[in-house]
Amino acid sequence: MSTAILFPLLLFGTLIGDPRSNRTPPANLSATGLYSDITTKTIASTNLMFSPQYPLWTDGAKKKRWIYLPAKKSIDAKRVDDWVFPVGTKVWKEFSFGKRIETRYLEKTGKKVWTYATYAWNENDTDAVLVDETGSPNHVEIAPGVRHNLPGVIDCKACHEGQGRDVVLGFNALQLSPDRDPNAPHAEQFTSEMVNLKNLVDQKLLIHLPKRFVNDPPVVAANSPRERTVLGYLSANCGGCHNSTDPLSTLGMYLKRSVDITPEAAKLELETVIGHKSKYQIPELEVDRSYRILPGDPSRSTMIFRMATRNPYRQMPPLGSKIVDQEAVDLITKWIQEDLSNGNGEKQLTHH
Amino acid sequence: MRQTKTIAFLLVGSCICLGVISSTARSQGKPNPKLVKRGQYLVNAIGCGDCHTPMKMGSKGPEPDMSRMLSGHPQNVSLTTPPASGGPWIGAFNETGTAFAGPWGISYTRNLTPDKETGLGDWTEQNFIETIRTGKRMGKGRELLPPMPYESFRNMTDEDLKSIFAYLRTIPVVKNKVSEPIPPAGQPGSSK
Repeated sequence: MSTAILFPLLLFGTLIGDPRSNRTPPANLSATGLYSDITTKTIASTNLMFSPQYPLWTDGAKKKRWIYLPAKKSIDAKRVDDWVFPVGTKVWKEFSFGKRIETRYLEKTGKKVWTYATYAWNENDTDAVLVDETGSPNHVEIAPGVRHNLPGVIDCKACHEGQGRDVVLGFNALQLSPDRDPNAPHAEQFTSEMVNLKNLVDQKLLIHLPKRFVNDPPVVAANSPRERTVLGYLSANCGGCHNSTDPLSTLGMYLKRSVDITPEAAKLELETVIGHKSKYQIPELEVDRSYRILPGDPSRSTMIFRMATRNPYRQMPPLGSKIVDQEAVDLITKWIQEDLSNGNGEKQLTHH
Repeated sequence: MRQTKTIAFLLVGSCICLGVISSTARSQGKPNPKLVKRGQYLVNAIGCGDCHTPMKMGSKGPEPDMSRMLSGHPQNVSLTTPPASGGPWIGAFNETGTAFAGPWGISYTRNLTPDKETGLGDWTEQNFIETIRTGKRMGKGRELLPPMPYESFRNMTDEDLKSIFAYLRTIPVVKNKVSEPIPPAGQPGSSK
């Protein structure tokens, strides 16, 4: 047993690079085509700025995002929830905590091949350097005693890769809908320089999107404005993994909101969460008392427990965050307490 | 003559039905015997049971408790606080050889039997392979903890990992809910 133990112990805390990663990205961010002049931070005119209406939390980082599509190429929206991007697509996401810290980069280099990279900004803010594919743990302090990790390739893939779909998240029909949720937590102000669903269709950068989604922009179907916000937040922050099509579908917990789904199907998907017994047990409770969400009772709702902890072995999301998104925890707590039941807790379930 | 034809028809029909049932059973996940055999060989050769099968005290010292083969840290074993590490010593493990303490906190080996509630019963082959390849639970969750040597195991071929998973589907089910790991002191959820 000892030989099986000692070597891994020495390697603890180190992410090993994925031996199957794709071609090496440029050594500097300035060589990826994001800027026409990096000294003035002038974005190349070929790159389109966008802002998903339900952003990922990432410990309160301020973010900016851009996408580049090769000339005369379009995104195919035949599958409304899983767009297919043309080879040559590039996507950037800049993270700031008071100052620019990192820019993440995705490039589609083959029909089903994406290259992932993280660039760390230098002290003088003049350029960003490619980070080793194992990432840079504890790269910079973002709050007292809290240090931000720059993700390695495996971390990027953990969230972005799914089952037979392209890997871009945050650039889809719901996230780019012109009918934006005014209550979405941490959302950036939409500005005229950003693209949305309508712009993309008008400029023929997005093709095959059924006209009804242009005439009637997608909105999360919900019973109240608060529920709309909650379901939108969960779709963006949890639905990347917890959905019905990707490898974790085996868990049977569907939080990704499709824009093309019947109310009946949407209700069935919600029932995989609301009133559903949780295999994961909240430690303070007796066995079999935990639910994924128990209407009326956040203290027995695993979702709240795991969102509200940063115990690294229990927290949700499991990576990409070291600070609790308290605004979201409060929002979802209120939804469970006030929208889902009148405090009837478990009794409510028989009528759900 | 007519009766003979009817019997022959029924026999052929039955064979076709059996063939379909057999084929369906395989496509629905009945393990391939060749994979299972190779998986058994690999599981024994790389020593999965060294940590995932609880030890019991035998006449010559600790020996694997095969009645709990590959079922991970026993849920009914309660542990005291592990000894503090110091000097050149960075870790400790308990008497069943299934709980490990070190700089990462305390880790417990998981239940690898096909129990749906407490083991790998609802995992897919893909979930298993991605866990080993990425060092993250199901490829997307929390990181695996020492002493799990996934950095070595990830170098196995897909065929090897498929074989191991196929074999694990065939071992006896043991219902055993393994505790969640505990972070080191000073982190949220730590024991101190």
